[in-house]
Order: sequence, then C-alpha cells, then structure tokens
Amino acid sequence: MSDLRRRDPRKEWIGRNRLHPQHLEVLAELGMGAASEWMGPNGVIRRNPHAVGFVGPNGLRRIDRSGAQQGVAGAGASTSVAVQKPRVEIDDPAFSVVVVPDMAGGRLSSHDRDLIGLARRLADVDSGTQGVVVAVIFGPHKEVNFGEAGIDRLLHLDSPEMAGYSPEARLVALTLVEQSWAPRHWLLPDSKLGGGELGRRLAARLGERPATGVWQVEADAELPSGWRCIARGAAESLDIQRPLPRVSLALAECAEPISETCHAAAELSLPQSLPSMLSRIDDLGQVPVDPSGVALSEAEFILSAGNGVKDWDGFHHAAEVLGATEGASRVAVDDGFMARDRQVGATGTWVSARVYVAVGISGAIQHLQGIQTCEKVVAINMDPGCDMIKRADLAVIGDSTRILEALVTLVKQAREEKRDAA
Amino acid sequence: MRPETSINPGLEVTVLVSIGRHPVTGRARRADQDARGVELARSLEGAEVQLLHAGEQAETSEAALRGYLGMGFSELSLLEQPQGADVVPALAEALDAAAPHLVITGERAERGEGSGLLPYLLAERLGWPLVSGLAAVEGVENGVATLLQALPRGQRRRLKVRLPAIVTVDGAAPAPRQSAYGPARRGTFEALAGPVCHDEEWAEWQVQPARKRPKRLKIVKAASARDRFKAAAAKAEGGGGQVLTDVTPEQGAEAILKLLREEEVLR
Ligand SMILES: Cc1cc2nc3c(=O)[nH]c(=O)nc-3n(C[C@H](O)[C@H](O)[C@H](O)COP(=O)(O)OP(=O)(O)OC[C@H]3O[C@@H](n4cnc5c(N)ncnc54)[C@H](O)[C@@H]3O)c2cc1C
Repeated sequence: MSDLRRRDPRKEWIGRNRLHPQHLEVLAELGMGAASEWMGPNGVIRRNPHAVGFVGPNGLRRIDRSGAQQGVAGAGASTSVAVQKPRVEIDDPAFSVVVVPDMAGGRLSSHDRDLIGLARRLADVDSGTQGVVVAVIFGPHKEVNFGEAGIDRLLHLDSPEMAGYSPEARLVALTLVEQSWAPRHWLLPDSKLGGGELGRRLAARLGERPATGVWQVEADAELPSGWRCIARGAAESLDIQRPLPRVSLALAECAEPISETCHAAAELSLPQSLPSMLSRIDDLGQVPVDPSGVALSEAEFILSAGNGVKDWDGFHHAAEVLGATEGASRVAVDDGFMARDRQVGATGTWVSARVYVAVGISGAIQHLQGIQTCEKVVAINMDPGCDMIKRADLAVIGDSTRILEALVTLVKQAREEKRDAA
Repeated sequence: MRPETSINPGLEVTVLVSIGRHPVTGRARRADQDARGVELARSLEGAEVQLLHAGEQAETSEAALRGYLGMGFSELSLLEQPQGADVVPALAEALDAAAPHLVITGERAERGEGSGLLPYLLAERLGWPLVSGLAAVEGVENGVATLLQALPRGQRRRLKVRLPAIVTVDGAAPAPRQSAYGPARRGTFEALAGPVCHDEEWAEWQVQPARKRPKRLKIVKAASARDRFKAAAAKAEGGGGQVLTDVTPEQGAEAILKLLREEEVLR
C-alpha cells in the first residue's frame, strides 16, 4: 500500500461534528478513536475534554498529562519515539583535552565516564575557544558508545606491543601524542587498573608535577590555568587544594558523566609511526589463581547457588571447571550446603563481579542488593516469572542440574579441542 | 602461599622506608606498605638487604624507624633531610652511588602529599625499569628477575624484568612480620649527607584534614514528572535481558558459554 494519504472531506467534517449521528463510527474509521485534539477547519486546535484520560480502577476518570496514554495519535504516519540526543561536532578545535581511560574488560567503566565528564567540562569552558576531548585507548575493546560517553576524537592504538602489561610502549605512544597535539590537559583515572600507573609514568616523563587523587575541580579565574582542584593526599587523610596542573589523576565521581549529548568520536591516528623499542619488562601472562582463594567481594566471576540447586557435587564441579568463585544465597547457606562466608546479599557480601551466574536463585530483594554492581548477570532458573530473570542479562529457563552438566561438558570439549589443535 | 625463592648470592636489595601514620590515632608507625616491602626483601634468600630512609632524625620518627630495625636489621641508613624537603634528588644520588640490583618501595606514602610519584621519578632519573604492585619475587637469574604482579580482583601476572629495577609493593604482598623489641633497640642509624632541595610548591598549597566526599545523587533525567516518579518508585532493575524459554539444556549452556567467552572470564 502506498503511503499517500487520501482525504475524504465529508468524513473529516463528520469527524469534526460531535453531534453528527455517525460521528463515533467515522472517528473510529479515521483511526482517531477517542480523539481529544484535532485541527479545526480554519487552523485552530480543537479539544474534546471528554475524550481525555482513562477511567481508573476505582471508576474515576484519570488524566495523564505526560501524553503517554492519550488517544491523540492521529491517522498520519507514526512518529518515531526514540529520542535523538543532540549531536555535537567540533570541526576546528582550539585545544585538546586528552583522556586515557582504563577500559577494564574492554569497555568504558563508570570511572572512565566520570573522567570524560570532567574532560568535557574542561573542554567546554568557553564557547569561543572550543576544545575537543580526545580519548587514547590501547588494545582491543568491546565498547560501542564512545560518542555518547562524550568523546570527540578517538585514538585507538592496537598494535601487538600495546597488548598485556606494556607500560613502556604505551608511555612512548603517549609522549608522541604530547608532541603531536600538545594537549592542554591530560586526565587519567587514579585507579589500580593501569591508569594510576600510566599517569605517574607520563608525568615523570613529561616533567610535570601531577595532581593525584583529584576529586573536585572548580573554575578559578585568578589562576593562570583557570582551574583549581582538591586532591586527596597522605593515605586519604588530607585534602590538598591547589591549581589544576596539566596532568591530573582523578578519582571516581570527580564529575558527572555525559548523558545528554552525543559526540562524534571520530577516528584519529598518530602523525608518525611508533618507534620500535626494546621492552625491559616481559609479560609472561596471567597466572591461574585458585578461585576459592579470591575474596568474594572482589571476585571477577562468581557461580552462585540457591535453593534451586539439587546436585551439590555437580555444582562444585562446575565451579571448578569454569574457574569461578563460589557464592550462595541465604537459603543455601542456612540449609548447610555452603559456608557462611559465601553468602551474597544484604546480610552477606556485596559483590562486584563482572559476570555473576545465579543458579536456582529466585532473586529476593535482599539478594539483589548484593549484586547491584555486577555487570553481567546470568540466571538459570525453572520459573520464568521470578525477579532474578528481570535482573538478568541472559536467563535460561530449565533445570539447573542438567544445564550445569551441559555447560561443563561444553567447556571440557572446547578445552580438549584447543589442546588437540595446539 | 609463599613462592619458592632460589638462593641469590650477592643480590643487593635496597628497601626505601618511610614513616607511616596510624589511620586512627595518627601516630607515627612503620608504614604498612613499606613494611611489606621489607618482608618481601627478607623472603629473598641470600640477598643483602639495606634499609634507606630520607628525612630528619627526630624523637617521634626514630621510634617508627626502629620498627623496621626490629624486623631483623642491625643498621638503617638515614639520608638527613629537613622537614618539607623534596627527597627525590638525594635518594637518586644515594641509589646511584650504592647501585643496588633491586629497589623496593611502597606504593604511596602515608604522610605528606602521598602522591605515589617517588618510585616513578626515581625510575625516570636513574633510567631503570619499574614494576608496580608486586605480590612476590619468584626468583632472580642472570640479572633477570621473575616477578608476580598483583592485579585487581585477586589475579596475578608473571613478569620478567631486567635488573637493576625499581619495584613497588601494595597490600597484596605478604604481611610483614612483627617487629622485635630487642633488635629494634640495638639497631643503629648510619647518617648520610645528601643534596637538599626544598619543595616550594607544597608550601603554597592549602592543606586541610580530608572532608567527607559528598555522596553522588541519583539524578533522573526525565521529560515529565510522571517519568521522574516512575524512575524514583520503580525497582532499580528493569528488564531488557534475553530470556531463553523452551530450550534444551545444551542450547542454554551454549548461550551461557558464549556470554562467558565474550566477557573473557573463562581461561
Ligand atoms: C533480614 C533478611 C536478610 C536477608 N539477607 C539475605 C542475603 O543477604 N542474601 C540472600 O541471598 N538472602 C537473604 N535473605 C533471604 C531472602 O529473602 C530469600 O529468602 C533468599 O534469598 C531466597 O533464596 P533462594 O533464591 O536461593 O531460594 P528460593 O526463593 O527458594 O528460590 C529458589 C529458586 O530456584 C528455582 N528452582 C527450583 N528448582 C530448580 C531447578 N531444579 N533448576 C533451576 N531452578 C530451580 C525456583 O524456581 C526458585 O526461583 C534475607 C532475608 C531477610 C528477612
């Protein structure tokens, strides 16, 4: 069918005439159902107050002014509901603010986003001299929304020497960035995930005295840089107020993340190729650690058991094969299947795992509180209506014993294939 | 879980020690990370360990420094520096002269600026490689040390670094032994002189006891009051996840495995 709208003046007229005997039929036909608002014949908006709102459960008419439930949708083409964030493009920037996010797990962490929010504040001070936020990231990543995080330019360095623990190669790359664009500010996360270390190396190399542990930045017109900051010192026991230096290492929540605009995140590349250098530090890779020795609160991957686990030997075996730290719901602990220090939730441990697999856990609010900060939650449960499924990023409905068995078989198979190939 | 260390004859190790601050009482004590560094050096069999502190010799700091002597040392080198001095030039000179194979420091000082920059500045000046956040030294062979680095979330990474090098330790390193009273009393300080360089910038900054950081408010950006109310009243977790119903266990397991692979938690 073509999109062309055919008008029927007579029907429109009946539609406008509330007293016409065929009024309601015609309205329904025109798709204006309970039209409460329409354009009158001479360009004035007409309203029908009787058609507004809906009858609530107690028989009273309720009017919802947010526009979400009104029958105002006309017969025309449907409008798209997705809100487009305003797009910001900065073509010729006056200066740049460089951020080096941690990209833990290949994505921008909330700490990184706060930092980018701070960078935006520094770049957008003066609309006359607009700055750009440049992000430098190393190695492969899984992030898709760099633009929405507030990044204007993205320098992605993905050569093999940047992989793993390679602070020296990364430092060389950052000094090249310094030479090429002479950024006005350098911002790095003061974290244990690499940002804190790289930032200190960079400051030492550039001969700048950085501010570390920055948690507040404010404009101060009297200072040459225009900004002052408050930084934590002496094992978190002092607040140091000082001018904002060129290199700053900021703590989480140093600024609000960007949520209202979308930026270009245009690809950037270094003007010169990286000099090859001999690394004095060799990365031999991660060492397998005993997952049960890792504290539950800082474990990366948790397999958690609830009342829905029937085969406990199978569960422990699955945790061992997957290399996951074991957790439990309160019921599993109370029933004596798991130790008390394994309990996750309000009265147990608050965990921050990247992947949390809940096996046979219904998702009581006391349990969900404990997993608030987990990134990905996988639920294995029989009951498709339970609260854990609503929280989960992936939910598999079925019997936990059989699914865990299948998972163990699959993982073992994959490992064997790998060994045969190697 | 103590790693096996081989015998390392002639390995010279210098541990930089500072004066700590008790988190509750604020009294001077041996700094926790530095004490862990000393413990790490002690666990290297056959190594010659030297303690080095840069600062002034005062009544209170002496008691704290004797805490390190009580870990089994008869002597501690003291680079005399006045209060508020920048100790990097003096330390760099002393290390250059002594030329140890391995320098161990803590991650951050418990007093003063506590920026954690010192090891990086020393490494830059001396031109030595630096490894941060060490959990253990596994062995030293032919001038190459094998180190175990602590990563967040209890993970470990094995590294090889050419000596001489500077390493820093944090809370993941083995806990320090108790300081014994007798050796702490008997130990002596060997005073060294070094260049003095005043830290002028530090004097200009305003320093005050740490304020409590304001808690971030949950800001709900919504166009209408109804959306704001819904966001405030709703449970924090919404749907949006993928739900697999009526699948065989194998299919379900496969989907889970795919997610685990994407997140790179399987090894
Ligand atoms: C003050 C207070 C504090 C609390 N603190 C905590 C806390 O810190 N942590 C905590 O966890 N709880 C806590 N609780 C308890 C909490 O309210 C719940 O009772 C508890 O979390 C439920 O545990 P569960 O999900 O394992 O069990 P259930 O609610 O019994 O859920 C079992 C789930 O397993 C599923 N299932 C059953 N059989 C199978 C099968 N064969 N295969 C797959 N799925 C199956 C069921 O469909 C169900 O969804 C607290 C309670 C109170 C009152």
